[in-house]
Amino acid sequence: MVDALQPPARKNPLLRTVSPTRPPESRSRAALGLSVAAASGRFALQRCSECSSYQYPPRDACHRCLCVELPWHDVSPQGKLLAETTIRASTKLYFRERMPWRTGSVQLDAGPVVICHLHADCKTNTKVRLINRLDRSGQGVMLALPIENTVNMEDDPQLRVLTSNPKHRRILISDARSPNSVAIAGALVQAGASAIFIGESESWLPNAQRDELASMEKVSLLPLDVTDTSSVERLAAELGGKCDILINNARFMREGGVLDRGDTGFAKQEMEVNYFGLMRLAQAFGPAMCSRTSDGVNSAVAWVNLLSVHCLSNHASFGCFSASHSAAHSLSQSLRAEFRASGLRVMNVYTGPTEDDWYQPVPPPKVQPEAIARSIVNGLQQGLEEICCGDVAKDIYLRYQKDPLVLEKQMTPAGDGP
Amino acid sequence: MSLLVQMAEQIAQGSIKLVDLTHTLDPDFPVIILPPEFGQCARFRMEEISCYDHRGPAWKWHNLSLSEHTGTHFDAPAHWVSGKDLPNNSVDEIALDQFVGPVVVMDCSDGARSDEDFELSVEIIKDWESRHGTIQPDCWVLMRTDWSKKRGAQYLNMREDGPHSPGPTPEAVRFLIEQRNIRGFGTETVGTDAGQGAHYTPPYPAHFYLHGAGKYGLQCLANLDQLPATGAVLIAAPLKIRNGTGSPLRVMALVEEAQA
Repeated sequence: MVDALQPPARKNPLLRTVSPTRPPESRSRAALGLSVAAASGRFALQRCSECSSYQYPPRDACHRCLCVELPWHDVSPQGKLLAETTIRASTKLYFRERMPWRTGSVQLDAGPVVICHLHADCKTNTKVRLINRLDRSGQGVMLALPIENTVNMEDDPQLRVLTSNPKHRRILISDARSPNSVAIAGALVQAGASAIFIGESESWLPNAQRDELASMEKVSLLPLDVTDTSSVERLAAELGGKCDILINNARFMREGGVLDRGDTGFAKQEMEVNYFGLMRLAQAFGPAMCSRTSDGVNSAVAWVNLLSVHCLSNHASFGCFSASHSAAHSLSQSLRAEFRASGLRVMNVYTGPTEDDWYQPVPPPKVQPEAIARSIVNGLQQGLEEICCGDVAKDIYLRYQKDPLVLEKQMTPAGDGP
Repeated sequence: MSLLVQMAEQIAQGSIKLVDLTHTLDPDFPVIILPPEFGQCARFRMEEISCYDHRGPAWKWHNLSLSEHTGTHFDAPAHWVSGKDLPNNSVDEIALDQFVGPVVVMDCSDGARSDEDFELSVEIIKDWESRHGTIQPDCWVLMRTDWSKKRGAQYLNMREDGPHSPGPTPEAVRFLIEQRNIRGFGTETVGTDAGQGAHYTPPYPAHFYLHGAGKYGLQCLANLDQLPATGAVLIAAPLKIRNGTGSPLRVMALVEEAQA
């Protein structure tokens, strides 16, 4: 049984903050498929197109028939823990700091035997289930869990370090005016977050959610306007050093494509909030967060972006808005590269139309604020990088992965004339 | 000694006082809010270009973004549809002599304190004239409400039925234009019209009548409580923006010591 993770003591100001170290990052191109699956929490292996045999470790040709067509398939994550060992010495700083470290070999039901990390509650010669998750280098690794959930299971050190679990962490939500801010804050409180800071822009305007947010346990409202560099810098100066997870839910959107609008006014506001807002937050909060990714129980761990799934393929009814989210999506990729060395994880949550004023004329299904909150918390608890919230986002995301150009054709019809 | 040199000396000695009627341009200063599907007034924003650093080692400077109608600002006749076809209706075309002139101040601060929708009426203007004399032609008229002392949410005072702040009635605006031929009208609130000005006929009467008659507006003024009812001179020169409908500006008043 794992001991319950205790809230961290207040930081000792005489001690140097531990510098982030990382597990090995290098992978073959073939092995990156495992990391791609891990980014969305899937357990997948290569399967030979000719003989259907599963492959492990990832490779370029089938171990049985040498076929080079080895697409990734989701497979059963269950297997049997054959043997285990405990590593007590390593030349790699990351593991030296975390000794002893249990690893084991698991015979998967799908066939291969894999070497994986072990949850403390796994026992040799019993059934286990594997998860494929990103490590702090951003690469997919496997961890064996007991078949049934155990007490304090999520507090296992090997598991926690793979996740971005909000438990005992301090979280900044960038926009109190967003229709999802109450739901997100509530879900994070439920998930054990120790403090939630919510930025509120333009306090000279009413905010119908202010009283509800202000009355929530552990929640503080603070001035923050992502379109105002001085405002972002001021808040980062105040609490950049205790922001463990940042959730950017600020959004500006209006309907219409290029010709509907006739000017660049709303498009500029969309870019100011959706693109430059993200950039300002990253420039102000990113460096401090990157420096604190090994800072104990409440280390900085994740950066969360809420994106329209139409950042992948434009939705012409909201053409200019989609374009601003494409810019934000591209920036999130830059942030992934820039944060990677620290281990700070960028999690993108994609949604289709959401249940709010600006999607009011759009028919259902629409994503409820509570669904967004659940997706965020679930994604953090699992340590994901890519999440689709709702059926529309899942559908578009899959079609984009399958063929982006076919999706573009499907998204840009004019309809047959008479 | 020439008149101007005398004046400069009196300013230096303090016998002519300069009163700053301008709010500081600040990202948090409220702007007028329209229904969200309409285009919106840009907030004041300032981005550093360099700060004695790798972006420019010996100098600090900023890029600004703002609307013509952000902060303490001037409204030209071209701002409103009623003034769109007038000659010289934009800030770059207005004659320079219009930017310096006499100003009278009507103190409505008592009324505005007890009634957030306080109206400046013809009766109040006539009552003011009975005490201070008839408003002279080509004079600025400022409505003092002490609204500029409000901060944050109280300034715009936005509620579900819109903002609530004092302003002139349609009849009062017409009186000032048609009977007194003033140069312009100024307020301490976010617009020359009352917060609920959309519900008059015509909507936004100060904007509609003033600009339709080629008159000017000043809004978001401050420190009107430091001006005498009559006798001060207003300096309000907007930026020279091609076809500009308005401009943020530094508004100041010259007040002789005996009047202050």
